[in-house]
Amino acid sequence: MTKSELIETIAAHQSQLSSKDVELAIKTILEHMSQALATGDRIEIRGFGSFSLHYREPRRGRNPKTGDAVELTGKYVPHFKPGKELRERVNLGLQAGL
Amino acid sequence: MTALTKSEMAERLFEELGLNKREAKEIVELFFEEIRACLEENEQVKLSGFGNFDLRDKSQRPGRNPKTGEEIPISARRVVTFRPGQKLKARVEAYAGTESQ
Repeated sequence: MTKSELIETIAAHQSQLSSKDVELAIKTILEHMSQALATGDRIEIRGFGSFSLHYREPRRGRNPKTGDAVELTGKYVPHFKPGKELRERVNLGLQAGL
Repeated sequence: MTALTKSEMAERLFEELGLNKREAKEIVELFFEEIRACLEENEQVKLSGFGNFDLRDKSQRPGRNPKTGEEIPISARRVVTFRPGQKLKARVEAYAGTESQ
């Protein structure tokens, strides 16, 4: 499922808002989530999961083309930990043969 | 440490888009529910600019009760993994940490 399919599905599951409003709302939610992570905040959604940042130590890498050593600085990467309900439901799908 | 929650997301939809509070709450709820429902059907979710939620099937493997040392198999399971998109990775990488790291 892509973002636009998600928007269509949500629009179909509620009656008050137009697809355009739903699209704007979903984009606003995703931007809010990206902003939170970009400023070092966690995201916690009960039953879905949590997003946080993991630190990657600086390391010496290599330029894959030339083979030259390059110093890579430390950085943060986004990390997602699925919540209990999501873990259980995905496994129910497996047991149901999906 | 602060954490973003559903109520703050709904609050922003109310403030920025003028949705009423009930609509805002419902949209945030539906957003996460539809992603869960899709993953439950074993279908990947791709949110461009943010990232992809993928599914991986793991076969049964040997495990151990860390307290008793007793051997117990870890059952076959399906797990969700998140792969952040280029845009999100670039924005997060720029974050320098709270202290000078």
